Amino acid sequence: MSYLNYEQVGILGLAAAVPRNVYHNLTDNDYFSLEDTKAIVEKIGIYERRIAPEGMCASDLCRAAAEKLFADLAVDRNEIDVLIFISQTPDYRTPGSGIILQDWLGLPKTCAAYDVNLGCSGFIYGLSLAFGFAKQDGVRKVLLLNGETRSKAYSFKDRKTGFLFADAGSACLVSKGTAFGESHFLLESFGSMHDYIMIKAGGSRCPSSLKTIKERAFPDGSIRSDEQGVMDGSGVFEFSITEVPRQVRQMLKITNREMDSIDFVVLHQANAFMNDHLIRKLKAPVSKAPTSLEKFGNTSSVSIPLTMVTQLGEELGVSKSLLLSGFGVGLSVATAQFDTPGMKISDLEEI
Amino acid sequence: MEKFLELMTEALERDTGTVQADDVFREYPEWDSLAHLTVISLIDEEYGMVIPRDEFGKMQTLAEVYQYISSNSQQ
Repeated sequence: MSYLNYEQVGILGLAAAVPRNVYHNLTDNDYFSLEDTKAIVEKIGIYERRIAPEGMCASDLCRAAAEKLFADLAVDRNEIDVLIFISQTPDYRTPGSGIILQDWLGLPKTCAAYDVNLGCSGFIYGLSLAFGFAKQDGVRKVLLLNGETRSKAYSFKDRKTGFLFADAGSACLVSKGTAFGESHFLLESFGSMHDYIMIKAGGSRCPSSLKTIKERAFPDGSIRSDEQGVMDGSGVFEFSITEVPRQVRQMLKITNREMDSIDFVVLHQANAFMNDHLIRKLKAPVSKAPTSLEKFGNTSSVSIPLTMVTQLGEELGVSKSLLLSGFGVGLSVATAQFDTPGMKISDLEEI
Repeated sequence: MEKFLELMTEALERDTGTVQADDVFREYPEWDSLAHLTVISLIDEEYGMVIPRDEFGKMQTLAEVYQYISSNSQQ
């Protein structure tokens, strides 16, 4: 069990950016019949998705979010000593995008910057890293960036994934502070299930070739190539409804809290069918469990900060007790619990 | 068993009385990945259990599913 806890470190502010371009799930997909489309869309509860136009990367979305955050918090960029960029859709294979963002954002050369490859659990993992760095005497502020152009990674002609994923970026500023209380993180890995959500080709084990880019048809009518993501939907569902409630209960036990005393439970936004099931199982009132699925879909590690920005906004400006849980690619599950004295939530940036 | 069959009728969106214990459920025209998710979800909510996928994959009839739930239910 990886359990981390900190004191007097926390989130100063949070911003998120999405592409302006809206994709309408019910009407814009002409591969599936209207009947099939309707059945899928109603089940997953995703009606609109923000899709990055050609040339717009996860790093661009994070850059926009970070600039918004810097402006709203009047941040002195020279105080940022660490930048962490979490994504599975970096600009290049080499170098990482985090180090490019150090330059784009005008951060000093004394700033450490790197990438972390994580999916849906990535915001919690990122916070746990950022809090750890920020506790160091030699680190003043940490910038955590989560960015994904997930829509580019899956076939729109895949029944299981073609309606789910969307693009977004977030920026979160972490620092020491006497106003911050305790924070707790539980982080777990289930690597034996690494093929439940996977892009098989394009890496070192299965390099890109004419074969890997060739689209193939599958028995359920889906069409995709090995360069596109494949998901075992029922496997991920079974995993999530088993492991997420277990980890959340474990967290409440560690922090000696009841669900009643938590103001907001922000879950990774997988799809409405899964999230509704989880919320019922966690016995969290729907009013405490905001969702951004309808308009923003599943944005992998950005979905939790994007939900905080779009659904909670000023609610988080004053003291609140939060429980956050991310789960998916890896497979990997991470839960955080902390009370915020209030953080600055920027308005959603659209680019 | 009766309650279980009602639950499966709901999950598969079939007409009342058209779901029987000995039916090979994967042969229903309504059986697809979405129906599969609904079945997993309803079994979890009703019986508090997620049937291991290796076990579920071997099951042919609803009677076998019910048998598994009955033998492994903690309630």
